[in-house]
Amino acid sequence: MSNAEVLVGTDAVTRFYGPHAAVSDMSFMIRRGEVLGFLGPNGAGKTTTMQMLSGNLAPSAGRVLIAGHDMHTAPERAKAHLGYLPEHPPLYREFTVDEYLDYAAALRRIPRRARRAARERAKARCGLGDAGGRLTANLSKGFQQRVGLAQAIIHEPDVVILDEPTVGLDPIQIREVRTLIRELGRDRAVILSTHILPEVQASCDRVQIIHKGRLVLNEGIEALMARVQSQVLVAAFRKTPDAQAIGKLPLVRSVTIADDGRLRIFHEPGADPTDAIVRLALERDWGLREINPEHSTLESIFVELTGEPSEAA
Amino acid sequence: MIRAIAWREWRALFLSPLAFVILGVAQIILARLFLGHVNLFLMIQGRLATLPNAPGLTSLVAAPLLGNTGVLLLLITPLATMRLIADERHNRTLTLLYSSPVSLTEIVLGKYLGILGFYAVIILMSLAMPLSLLMGGRLDWGTFACGLLGLVLLASSLAAIGLFMSSLTRHPAVAAMGTFGVVFFLWIVDYAGHGRGEGGAIVGYLSIVNHYEPFLRGLFDTSNVAYYLMLTATCLVFSVRGLEAGRLGTR
Repeated sequence: MSNAEVLVGTDAVTRFYGPHAAVSDMSFMIRRGEVLGFLGPNGAGKTTTMQMLSGNLAPSAGRVLIAGHDMHTAPERAKAHLGYLPEHPPLYREFTVDEYLDYAAALRRIPRRARRAARERAKARCGLGDAGGRLTANLSKGFQQRVGLAQAIIHEPDVVILDEPTVGLDPIQIREVRTLIRELGRDRAVILSTHILPEVQASCDRVQIIHKGRLVLNEGIEALMARVQSQVLVAAFRKTPDAQAIGKLPLVRSVTIADDGRLRIFHEPGADPTDAIVRLALERDWGLREINPEHSTLESIFVELTGEPSEAA
Repeated sequence: MIRAIAWREWRALFLSPLAFVILGVAQIILARLFLGHVNLFLMIQGRLATLPNAPGLTSLVAAPLLGNTGVLLLLITPLATMRLIADERHNRTLTLLYSSPVSLTEIVLGKYLGILGFYAVIILMSLAMPLSLLMGGRLDWGTFACGLLGLVLLASSLAAIGLFMSSLTRHPAVAAMGTFGVVFFLWIVDYAGHGRGEGGAIVGYLSIVNHYEPFLRGLFDTSNVAYYLMLTATCLVFSVRGLEAGRLGTR
């Protein structure tokens, strides 16, 4: 995997809106066969980054390379390798699904003879089998999203950029889209932006977390899952326990008492002091009512990485 | 590529009721004006017969009707062109074009040819009336063709102005008002001067009408052709810049 071809590379990409830097100094790369999750709260600069990768927005500084072609100096060659589904699928309301996909195929320079086959293939992959004759304006949100997805993959691009592809879909559709993303990721590079942690867990190989326009984390999904893994136990007792006694247990780092009287017990990563705590509670007769590992959320990862709570994780 | 974009533009126009309303209204108004010209001709026909070198059907009916079509295009242009780019920006469909392997020049030319296709329909339909004169009379083909060429050149420059205005904004109504302002200004800029007086030559040269009238009189002058071609080319280049500005994110 690590010696696979680099399909997307950015070099110190920066974007200003007036004096405000929406994205600053962002450098990363994606190889063939990788699904990259772009994770961040709303307003972190995800969409701005996607727009720059897809050639919709010119960076204020820095370079974007798609399949080795510079987006600035050779935009057409770079864009030929690119499929992009923006946050709002770019649908022409007065066109039927078939007409729309034929137009998208023509724009991607698919020869006239091959267009029909390309359209049918894209429709089949996105579950649009018998929607071909319907007006895009009359489709449900989920189907519009699928048409947007079909448009992005109709020319079999090497790089697929999806900006919040599952927004507005029902759980079944979300599962289908995730399967499709996995499938696409086998022989392409897929970039997926989202603010939902389980989405990244379900479909990505690698995760980049973006906060206030900067990359704050770039690591494999396993490493992220290790972070998500609990390092905190939450315990509730009927009687007031001796927090110091728990704090002295092996593997326990510290203990705090939350507002609701529950104890938050921080422990060494990978270790589990649950048994010791239960034994101690029995010995001292504290009346243990509950003890759970606290799963960290995107919120807590943000807090950990940035030292401040995100507004909308 | 340009052809695909032009074809979509043309089809999208005819998939909305706007194109049909424009065509219908234009046809009704031109029919009324045509009737007026024919009536006038019939009234003075007797007197004309006694004159040597009297003006004929072409200069009394066909040419004025081409002139009327020009005025009508001035009024139609803001409505017909306002959606070209502004609407795509508004509906966020411009993303599809921006992320496809298509250059900005190709986008502009495609859209321009699409709207010219619509103007071609308007002009062809307006031609039906003067051509119907052939049933009872004869036309001076040279003069008529010259006037038609003038109308086509006028239409292409109007369309280019509208396209440019549409490339500047995300609101079709703003584009329409801007186009109307520019076109109307070019129309009336020489309203009182007739190209005379100090600086009058420049003002007179700017006027879009001053370059159209010679065509209607059957006078083919390359400087007039150059005026329209330059106006068209300038607006098309500016439209590419307008699209580029959108990508730079300044609007």
